[in-house]
Amino acid sequence: MELRGWDEFEIGSVLFSFNEKVENIPNVQQEDRSYSENNSFQASVAHWRVEKPIFNVDHCIDCFFCWIYCPDSSILAREKEVEKKGEKIMEQSMVGIDYVHCKGCGVCSSVCPTDPKSLLMVDEHDEEERVLANWPKKEGKEK
Amino acid sequence: MAEKMELHEVEVWDGNMAASHALRQAQVDVVAAYPITPSTPIVQNYSQFLADGQVDGEFVMVESEHAAMSGCVGAAAAGGRVATATSSQGFALMSEVLYQAAGMRLPIVLCVVNRALASPLNVNGDHSDMYMGRDAGWINLCSYNPQEAYDLTLMSFKIGEDLDVRLPVMMHQDGFICSHTAQSVRALDDDSAYKFVGDYIPKNPMLDFEKPVTYGSQTEEDWHFEHKARQHNDHMNSFPVIERVFKEFKELTGREYNLVEKYHMDDAEIALVALGTTVESAILTAEELRKEGIKAGVVSLRVLRPFPFIQIAEALKGVKAVATLDRSLPGGALGMLYNEITASLYHSEHRPLVTNYIYGLGGRDMTIGHLKEVFKETKANADAGKLTVPIQQFIGLRGPKLTFY
Repeated sequence: MELRGWDEFEIGSVLFSFNEKVENIPNVQQEDRSYSENNSFQASVAHWRVEKPIFNVDHCIDCFFCWIYCPDSSILAREKEVEKKGEKIMEQSMVGIDYVHCKGCGVCSSVCPTDPKSLLMVDEHDEEERVLANWPKKEGKEK
Repeated sequence: MAEKMELHEVEVWDGNMAASHALRQAQVDVVAAYPITPSTPIVQNYSQFLADGQVDGEFVMVESEHAAMSGCVGAAAAGGRVATATSSQGFALMSEVLYQAAGMRLPIVLCVVNRALASPLNVNGDHSDMYMGRDAGWINLCSYNPQEAYDLTLMSFKIGEDLDVRLPVMMHQDGFICSHTAQSVRALDDDSAYKFVGDYIPKNPMLDFEKPVTYGSQTEEDWHFEHKARQHNDHMNSFPVIERVFKEFKELTGREYNLVEKYHMDDAEIALVALGTTVESAILTAEELRKEGIKAGVVSLRVLRPFPFIQIAEALKGVKAVATLDRSLPGGALGMLYNEITASLYHSEHRPLVTNYIYGLGGRDMTIGHLKEVFKETKANADAGKLTVPIQQFIGLRGPKLTFY
């Protein structure tokens, strides 16, 4: 970012998310927004992570707990084709993790209610294929 | 829509009530407060106005002064006219957020009813809280009496909200001596007062969804300095706006305010400089001494921040000796007025002799007798052409005479 002099920026050290006026922005996905260079979307916090979440679509029930709890809007939910009662329809579903903005806090895995979990925290350097292949089995309720 | 109040031409208000009415007439959008002695009645009166349908804005009771000023910051960033009141320990607890408000350039009005800072705990008036906050980046206005508390609170909005200034403003009045002393106050009618203050003009409000904005960003060594310099520049250059608002207020009411106030200074040989209620006592004292042929004058800072560096030296031009009276004891140093005014006078052509008197801590009385004594010592300095007393002395202090330098 270009370093500017004291008289060259807005007072109050405020930062604008967009350079232009925007309309209806809540209905536009992050990747389709024309964020200004000052918006935190332009910065990565990936290097903060020690552990990363891995998403396993096979167990996910689309409850969106992780989406609500994620402090960095890094759970990606998008329209995708799903099968319901034999019919294929478009529905908002979990599609994965935004690894650029995920800082690895683990809240998503912690709040995931499925058994086994649909999100697991693993070492940052683990390979997704290996983790998915060794996903834990259903624990079941203790008797 | 809030009911208007019919005011008498002359109301009998104490300084707190005067400030409350100024907040009411300015049609503040949000007051977030945690009341503390002696400023409690400002928000108490205000909440009564609200309960009686005379105020439209929100009144938010919070859990501490830190939260009170934080609430004010949030409301001001959202895009509203915001005010609150505090004193002493409450002011101290706000201090972190005072710097935030100034850095975010939010024109909040804070009615400060000056009170001593613990320890030991004390509810009475001195200027310790004012001195503590003087570097926080706020504009600081000082009043002597309820009339001025009313006038300057109204003007605080107009000064701070000016688009060339956009800084928060503290309006100081002395705890109890001003805040709880009822006097005659000539207030503007509600319509005229609001017209004078004007509609609030939001700047980069968070509630503008077409232009989303982040307040409270973090900047490190590559940006922080520039932001603080910009803030300082706009603060230092706020004098013309302050003077313009003073002028417009005079046109409306006939009541005159200046950056630096001068009393009996035209032919003065010696002068006292003080803040707040003590100024009125000092003027009375000067008038009595003039009957004895002593050419005594009084100078006060109406605007403590930005510090009127040029104007204070100009006001003291021609005097032979000056006594600076600090109603707070900066730990381990000479008084603030002494240090800052001496710095200003250092660059003047005829450097007068300057002494420092610490007085009135924790509400200790400052009498005409004390002030006469100060004037007479100052006269002795002027006559001798050198200091005849130590630089720092203490008025009305028991025990062995305490002096420094």
